[in-house]
Amino acid sequence: MTWSATARGAQQPDNTAFTQQRLPAWQPLLSASIALPLFFCAGLAFIGLGLGLYYSSNGIKELEFDYTGYPGTSNCTVCAEAGQGRAPPPRCSCAWYFTLPELFQGPVYLYYELTNYYQNNRRYGVSRDDSQLSGMASALRHPVNECAPYQFSSAGLPIAPCGAIANSLFNDSFSLWHQRGPGGSYVEVPLDRTGIAWWTDYHVKFRNPPLVNGSLALAFRGTAPPPNWHRPVYALSPDINNTGFINQDFVVWMRTAALPTFRKLYARIRQGNYTAGLPRGSYRVDITYNYPVRAFGGQKRIIFSSISWMGGKNPFLGIAYLVVGSLCILMGFVMLVVYIRFQDQHDEDEDEE
Amino acid sequence: MNVKVGDIIKLENNQFVAADLLLLSSSEPHSLCYIETAELDGETNIKVRHALSVTSELGEEISSLAEFDGTVVCEAPNNKLDKFTGVLFWKDSKHCLNNENMILRGCVIRNTSWCFGMVIFAGPDTKLMQNSGKTKFKRTSIDRLMNTLVVWIFGFLVCLGFILAIGNSIWESEVGDQFRTFLFWSEGEKNAVFSGFLTFWSYIIILNTFVPISLYVSTVCSDTDGVFLSFSILMDESMEVIRLGHSYFINWDQKMYYSGKATPAQARTTTLNEELGQIQYVFSDKTGTLTQNIMTFKKCSINGKIYGEEQDDLGQQTNMTKKKEPVDFSVDPQADRAFQFFDQHLIESIKLGDPKVHEFLRLLALCHTVMSQEDSAGQLIYQVQSPDEGALVTAARNFGFIFKSRTPETITIEELGTLVTYQLLAFLDFNNIRKRMSVIVRNPEGQIKLYSKGADTILFEKLHSSNEDLLTLTSDHLSEFAGEGLRTLAIAYRDLDDKYFKEWHKMLEDAHAATDERDEQIAGLYEEIERDLMLLGATAIEDKLQEGVIETVTSLSLANIKIWVLTGDKQETAINIGYACNILTDDMNDVFVIAGNTAEEVSEELRKAKENLFGRNRSFSNGHVVSEKKQQLELDSVVEETITGDYALIINGHSLAYALESGIKNDLLELACVCKTVVCCRVTPLQKAQVVELVKNHRNAVTLAIGDGANDVSMIKSAHIGIGISGQEGLQAVLASDYSFAQFRYLQRLLFIHGRWSYFRMCKFLRYFFYKNFAFTLVHFWFGFFCGFSAQVGKKYIFFL
Repeated sequence: MTWSATARGAQQPDNTAFTQQRLPAWQPLLSASIALPLFFCAGLAFIGLGLGLYYSSNGIKELEFDYTGYPGTSNCTVCAEAGQGRAPPPRCSCAWYFTLPELFQGPVYLYYELTNYYQNNRRYGVSRDDSQLSGMASALRHPVNECAPYQFSSAGLPIAPCGAIANSLFNDSFSLWHQRGPGGSYVEVPLDRTGIAWWTDYHVKFRNPPLVNGSLALAFRGTAPPPNWHRPVYALSPDINNTGFINQDFVVWMRTAALPTFRKLYARIRQGNYTAGLPRGSYRVDITYNYPVRAFGGQKRIIFSSISWMGGKNPFLGIAYLVVGSLCILMGFVMLVVYIRFQDQHDEDEDEE
Repeated sequence: MNVKVGDIIKLENNQFVAADLLLLSSSEPHSLCYIETAELDGETNIKVRHALSVTSELGEEISSLAEFDGTVVCEAPNNKLDKFTGVLFWKDSKHCLNNENMILRGCVIRNTSWCFGMVIFAGPDTKLMQNSGKTKFKRTSIDRLMNTLVVWIFGFLVCLGFILAIGNSIWESEVGDQFRTFLFWSEGEKNAVFSGFLTFWSYIIILNTFVPISLYVSTVCSDTDGVFLSFSILMDESMEVIRLGHSYFINWDQKMYYSGKATPAQARTTTLNEELGQIQYVFSDKTGTLTQNIMTFKKCSINGKIYGEEQDDLGQQTNMTKKKEPVDFSVDPQADRAFQFFDQHLIESIKLGDPKVHEFLRLLALCHTVMSQEDSAGQLIYQVQSPDEGALVTAARNFGFIFKSRTPETITIEELGTLVTYQLLAFLDFNNIRKRMSVIVRNPEGQIKLYSKGADTILFEKLHSSNEDLLTLTSDHLSEFAGEGLRTLAIAYRDLDDKYFKEWHKMLEDAHAATDERDEQIAGLYEEIERDLMLLGATAIEDKLQEGVIETVTSLSLANIKIWVLTGDKQETAINIGYACNILTDDMNDVFVIAGNTAEEVSEELRKAKENLFGRNRSFSNGHVVSEKKQQLELDSVVEETITGDYALIINGHSLAYALESGIKNDLLELACVCKTVVCCRVTPLQKAQVVELVKNHRNAVTLAIGDGANDVSMIKSAHIGIGISGQEGLQAVLASDYSFAQFRYLQRLLFIHGRWSYFRMCKFLRYFFYKNFAFTLVHFWFGFFCGFSAQVGKKYIFFL
């Protein structure tokens, strides 16, 4: 055996905390004296948190109105009947009257809600061209194949914006009128329609194509609007910062919802006399009824809601915390009883561990 | 370098050999060539090869070498490194070739300035290449569990996909159909059923993340079910990374680093770490594993007289024999364990010139395979392949019979100051079946003598009938030696007359030249000449227990790990060592010894032992003892639990051969598995492997084999985990092993620290892995119910949810 003298010690492993697995480590021994207080503490903390969440959620006021127009529900029935089986449905208006007995604490948000509407269906969700929406000139003329059958119009022109999502843009519109005194005239409540989309969507993800001779309309020349649209995309709004692909209603619609029942923000009420909220009095919402949902059993709702630090109304989170917290405390008591009852045997068990 | 078969190539000192060569000539006298085979078998001692005398005349004359037109007929390429058979036909004569004439690819030429060789095998036919890539693929039980789990999970995945596909069909026809205004049908899928079909595959893709499929799917022939192909789908790469880390922790462990030889522990496979924590059976070799394998010549019995009896550690140190050759002694390979022999009588006998004593020592100096070398200071260094031989030759050297040098034809020794050269006529080598080796030499007076040493059981059968008295006496001495845990060898010689030897030698040469059944013929001839031997005596060599063996064995049994010792030693030696290292203890309720010589005897003994065992317990186990029929099935748990107390089984190789036959295999297994300890003595390497296989195949247990020598390789390979001790006996065991370290006691740390931690960590990882996969993936399943089963990915909406 020739174990050379120079090799001696050379192969000796390093004596470091890592190689010798001596790094400090801590593993809780879940004995009763640790586990029981842990359960009680966690339980109390969860109940506290749950109560907080529940009450702040309950403090949020909501006012909701279903204007789908199923027979006998509202005066929108007329519109619903009129639109039955006709595409595109005729322009129709209806209204919702409501009275606020007291101040509706602001800031007030106006949402519309659709039910049984599958924006989350995969075939629906992929039917869009993000590069077109980001203003790329080439994509404007050549929408991706995922957009089919809303890729090219029957005349062979590229559709802008292409795809099923854009084609199904929600096109009801609302205006809010306030009657200050009984019998008085209605005054329009200013609705802030800007700032309803995500900042990143509005500023980054959605961009208009480069203007041609300072005109957006020229930039979109040679494209066709989606078949369901009444007007081209550059005419969605007269405001140059809110038209084309960066129209905020459009941007909001294009961020598809995760569940078949969803709300989308329509406007915020925070201007003029309404910064503090909606004051006491009678109100009327004028609804332009365009969007057909009865064909697939969907519903349309309009919602006024205030918000809190935790966002919109969502009692579930608070309830979930309350339930888990209570369970923790309950289990804590059960284990405490078990612990006291069987303490003697318990000690032996611990030794085995 | 286009080396082809038949080419003659020149090699120089310190060069690697490029192909398997037949040595033709070399620069050294007698055309010797020294090689180092470390790359081949891991042994670092220098070995010698020699050319045939006819070819050695070729010298380095390029022209005559170029004219060499011999024809070699040889065996087909194989992977046996220590065997070669062939015949060289040249100049109308026939010369037989064996391994001694071959230089194999992978060797390094040492101490030889040049040599010429003819290529016999090249490229993939070389023995080195034939040996490579034959490693058996070992997998852990976690891997196997994982494979079944993966199949189940895959089934689960298909079920989910199916449910969602049906859901999709229903949704498309019930809900989606009314939603056409916004959700068109695209061409070619205007059919709810077809949509469902597509959805099925979409969901298989989306949900596949919870099947822990790795990137590769390997097909492995399962060895138990023959040709059955099993698709073993292995775990994610991350599992392998964790295992690699654990292997590094083993390599890095300072507590498994043996400073004595500067060897750290080595995890040679990275895939078995967690299995280390699951070991239930340890199969251990004795020599070199439990013991140090540092042999010291302790005692001998010469002509019926024991020498070396009086062991007084300090008293007689001053007039010890060890200073006889101070110069040699200081360079002795084992100089730090200076040779000590505590008996003046032997020296006196030598001085008095007792012929038997002289013959005894002469035999020790002649009959061995040791190579001598002189180092720069002109001192003798012995290159030994087995430490036993080293101990014996060193002993002879210290008593004045100094082995000096050897050539293929001569051995030179210094007998009490005078140089004597013996002509080496034949060398009958050692193997595990013969268990003996002999040399036939002609001394300067012209007498031909056969010197033989070997296992007593074998050698005693070959003695001349006139040895009766001496035989009984020596046998008593041997049992006495064995009782002290010493390794014993019997020593005998035979005078041969010239004529008889010449006849025999002729037959041997014929046998060598034979092409078929050559080995059998040679073995027969060896048997023929090794008879009517005259007994000289016996030697006893001590092999000390390794440090920490007792503690390790104790903790292994505390952990309910069963220890089986498989050794080639005598029964007495084995039992003795067993007691010494706590494998056998005095508190054991019973020790069964199976030592039958026929199948009937063995089965009878097994039956009795069983009756004894189960009968004793039947009285208080109240029918919990399993019925005969069910034994096989319930062996695992029930029997073991009903048997109380410690039992041990000792069985010898002879009986084991019968017991391993299918008929009584189960009896053996049943009995052995109830016993806390099993000692198998006198077993061959093959039997070692058979025993391991027996337990491995019939008990659902994880086995570990640990050994250090070439004879343990088969056992190491067949066990779930093989451990090689990098010790005295070369490196074959280490090369075949999965883990290697230098001392038996490190087994404790390997199993109880590394094995346990690896298992814990792996299990934690896997549990988390599955939890994570399911948590992430089942979300999609749930979301399917909300998105019309349309294979939409829910994570996209994480901010909205």
